[in-house]
Amino acid sequence: MAAEMLVVQELNKTFATPTGDVIALNRIGLQVKQGEFITIIGPSGCGKSTLLKIVAGLDTRYEGTVLLNGKPIDGPSIEKGFIFQEPRLFPWLTVEKNIAANLSLRKPEVRKRVDELIELVRLKGFEQSYPRELSGGMAQRVAIARALLRSPDILLLDEPFGALDAFTRSHMQEVLLDIWQKNRTTMLFVTHDLDEAVFLGERVVIMNPRPGHIRHILPINLPYPRKRSGNAFQELRHRVLSEFEKVEGPDIDEGAGI
Amino acid sequence: MSGQVVEKKTANRAAGGDWLSRIPKSLHGWIVPLVITAIWQAVTGMGLLSETILPTPLAILKSFAALGASGELFEHLGISIYRAGMGFFLGGTLGLLLGLFSGLGKVVEKTLDPSLQMLRTVPLLSVIPLFILWFGIGEFSKVLLIGLGAFFPVYVNTFLGIRSTDAKLCEVSRIFQYTKLQQVTKLIIPAALPNILLGVRLSLGVSWLLLVVAEMMGTSAGIGYMIQDARAYSETEIVFVGIIIFAVVGKLSDSAVRLLETRWLRWRDTYKG
Repeated sequence: MAAEMLVVQELNKTFATPTGDVIALNRIGLQVKQGEFITIIGPSGCGKSTLLKIVAGLDTRYEGTVLLNGKPIDGPSIEKGFIFQEPRLFPWLTVEKNIAANLSLRKPEVRKRVDELIELVRLKGFEQSYPRELSGGMAQRVAIARALLRSPDILLLDEPFGALDAFTRSHMQEVLLDIWQKNRTTMLFVTHDLDEAVFLGERVVIMNPRPGHIRHILPINLPYPRKRSGNAFQELRHRVLSEFEKVEGPDIDEGAGI
Repeated sequence: MSGQVVEKKTANRAAGGDWLSRIPKSLHGWIVPLVITAIWQAVTGMGLLSETILPTPLAILKSFAALGASGELFEHLGISIYRAGMGFFLGGTLGLLLGLFSGLGKVVEKTLDPSLQMLRTVPLLSVIPLFILWFGIGEFSKVLLIGLGAFFPVYVNTFLGIRSTDAKLCEVSRIFQYTKLQQVTKLIIPAALPNILLGVRLSLGVSWLLLVVAEMMGTSAGIGYMIQDARAYSETEIVFVGIIIFAVVGKLSDSAVRLLETRWLRWRDTYKG
């Protein structure tokens, strides 16, 4: 069995608010193997984004253990790539310069990698475009290439396709799977879309709110590429959904079923 | 009936568009000044107004040529540009530097900014007597006055630009482990650049304005002096020459900054009218 690359144990996180403390994460435990694709699904307020920010090192005020490659996480770093819901590109840089960011394109090895990544995220011909000239899906692919250039050990994605239309979203999911199969980067993917969670993940982590906790971790033993219309897919989708129905009216995105 | 009216209106609009489209686009800005000049020449040419109140455009042109030919004009212009340029350069540079420091550091902001904000509200013209008492009416006090005026627009806008840097992009730079220097040069300054350039433009305008004030407070050269001197001898056409020079040089310096804006801020995605 491959070594656990990410270990989360007894993780608690409390937000202090004027009306008292709010428990955002309650006794979270999760182990992720090298190269695994994990999706985390839950309604808003279940703490899934908070969990991701802690793993990214953007939020270091927590209790419990969070280890990446055996080392505690004490701040953001390039080993932990992060894709936000918005592309967050630098508007004054062209596509290729955005991908390079603080690395110099004049270095041959950077130049070579950037060109490869532009190919990988299917943006050939847009190297010199500015972010304002890109569609939402294209901009998000630039953000993915930018994160991949740093060869992160783990890629953390916080509802990256949430703002995209259904067609672009399903295309982006295929692009992401393609990248994952080529690079074998470990993926931790937060979503509130049921289909997306089952379509992408090898395991689906189901979280529930008040306080935010992991309800269940469901393995998805379906070969890639998965067919959304298949019986097995639909059955797994129902099983994920049923985990929410046990609690209360789910505000999970059931639509976008393509 | 009403249909006819509508038809007439659209026909008129088409005709209106037609005559404008026959003139090259680059000349559209010249239409209003040319029409005004023509009317002006017609009215003053008929002798309806005294020459000392409003000389004819032709007389102004002649005086322009005479001043140019004698070299007097360029002498005045040279010294004026030197004063405005020096003042703008000193004030603008200091404004940029202090704006950067106070924008980047909380400590500098807390200690320096309140005093500067207080100074900023003092009407500049009220310190002129003090400058004359301290430094006389020489070049130093002129450049200092212009520099003081040029300082604030750059300072305020640089500070504002830095503080309006998107916090979401700062988070990205933290993830990519930008060094402190990279954060300044690759994130904060590019993000603040639109505001900095706006500050530079405003500051150029202020420099030009204060130049006239400075040159009228007593000197023996410069376009402002030329205007004052001409007024004393009722040479109204020379006053006009001076005003036109101010307008042209002011416009040119503003266009230079706008050219930089279009080149450096190509990435901006904003309403273009």
